[in-house]
Amino acid sequence: MRDVAIIGIGMMKWGELWEKSLRDIAVEAAINCIEDSGTNRVDSLTIGCMSSGVFNGQEHLASLIPDYLGKKNIPATRVESACASGGLAVRTAFLEVASGMSDYSLAIGVEKMTDISGSMATYALATAADQDYEAFHGVNFPGLYAMIARLHMERYGTTRDQLSEVAVKNHRNGALNPYAQFPQTITREIVANSVMVADPLRLFDCSPITDGAAAVLLTTVEEAKKIKKHPLVTISGIGLASDTIALCNRKDLLKFSAIELSTQVALKMAGKKISNIDFAEVHDCFTIAEIFVIEALGIVKPGQGGPATIDGLTSLEGSFPVNPSGGLKSKGHPVGATGVAQIYEAVSQLRGNSEKRQIKNAKTALTQNMGGSGGSCVVHILETK
Amino acid sequence: MEVPKHWREIPQRYRMEAGKCKECNYISFPKRLICPECGSQSFDPINLSGKGKLVTHTIIRTPHKDFTDLAPYAVGLVELEEGNTIMGQITDCDPQSLKSGDRLKSKFRRMNEEGKTGMILYSYKFVPDNGV
Repeated sequence: MRDVAIIGIGMMKWGELWEKSLRDIAVEAAINCIEDSGTNRVDSLTIGCMSSGVFNGQEHLASLIPDYLGKKNIPATRVESACASGGLAVRTAFLEVASGMSDYSLAIGVEKMTDISGSMATYALATAADQDYEAFHGVNFPGLYAMIARLHMERYGTTRDQLSEVAVKNHRNGALNPYAQFPQTITREIVANSVMVADPLRLFDCSPITDGAAAVLLTTVEEAKKIKKHPLVTISGIGLASDTIALCNRKDLLKFSAIELSTQVALKMAGKKISNIDFAEVHDCFTIAEIFVIEALGIVKPGQGGPATIDGLTSLEGSFPVNPSGGLKSKGHPVGATGVAQIYEAVSQLRGNSEKRQIKNAKTALTQNMGGSGGSCVVHILETK
Repeated sequence: MEVPKHWREIPQRYRMEAGKCKECNYISFPKRLICPECGSQSFDPINLSGKGKLVTHTIIRTPHKDFTDLAPYAVGLVELEEGNTIMGQITDCDPQSLKSGDRLKSKFRRMNEEGKTGMILYSYKFVPDNGV
């Protein structure tokens, strides 16, 4: 396999982008990425998108997006793994370059979620669960994560304050991110008094519905050294794993095998241990998710995710910053775009371009992007010298 | 066609028909072709008792439109006597009173009406099991 570098990143301000269409935001992110990269060469394209069919009545993005990007006729692929579609798109572009199929491969993540009502968006997202044995019974994603939260609280003593602190910390980071959908700082009281969505999870435990896109351009390390526009950032490890689609079919409901396995594979490939990682962007679709993800990654022991968050371990100034971008909670969660935007943030930090939210001496980053209730997970390890 | 999609689920939804792996006793609900534990393709048909205990639950307050008339309603994971865990709604009780470990049993209930066809869908739901 050839060594792979990320030479371009592109995003835009996320939110309820009523004046922009699915194709508009995908192309805007790609233009920003290509301009950032120092080359206009794109040999292949991968689009990560969960459900443009339900959200926009539009499939066939592997034709639409290259067409409107002015890259007609290039090989294009759309990939889907629910909320992990973006991470999967980056992995697919990595394989294009590493294998020698392409020298320059672009990954775009996109989701345009506000073209339908909130109720229909909840339905669209619930298609990532088991339709016949979960969604049929009236459960949705807040409900699935709420059941995980209740178990976590009962087994480990995780508290309301600990859940709330995840949201408070991520909004504090997001307030420093010009692209965040909700860059407002909040307090634990605001979280604890927000409306109940699925007990014990409240509105401010949940990531929002967002329109957004992000793009990254990958090439070989050799090519990247020739272009030399930015400090060299490489992808040194990638892991992808799956787990049961239905939560009820896991022997231990608090063991997230897809997260654990994808992390082990990625770290092994990079020749790293979790203690060698300087910061992480993780999939905080709900506050409880960040708590169990930092446990599954091995940053803290099982049950210690809540206390560690309260103690400030994962804050910008902490010894293991998590979600410096503001995470899904504050930055927004356009599902197919999220995994690509995590890479955007990691590269921005490793280049030293993250301004007020810059983590000092950040050399090694981990991104973790998962689908459904942990039924799929993609982990990337990024490095700079 | 929306009818076949629901018609073919009748054995599971009306009678809780499942498969028990002949090699390792894994219980598959719904039935599968391959045992996820041992890879065997041989199963004995069984009917689940529908009796078990509540593992975890939530109260759904913002469902999508098919369930808005019902909200707020409880949904939970129930570990059945046979050893497998399934998801279902929990009804005939105050959702706020539910606790992990509660004994529950399944009942045949109306779920909702399907889209344009107006087809009425039925399935199991769980209710408190007071030993009656």
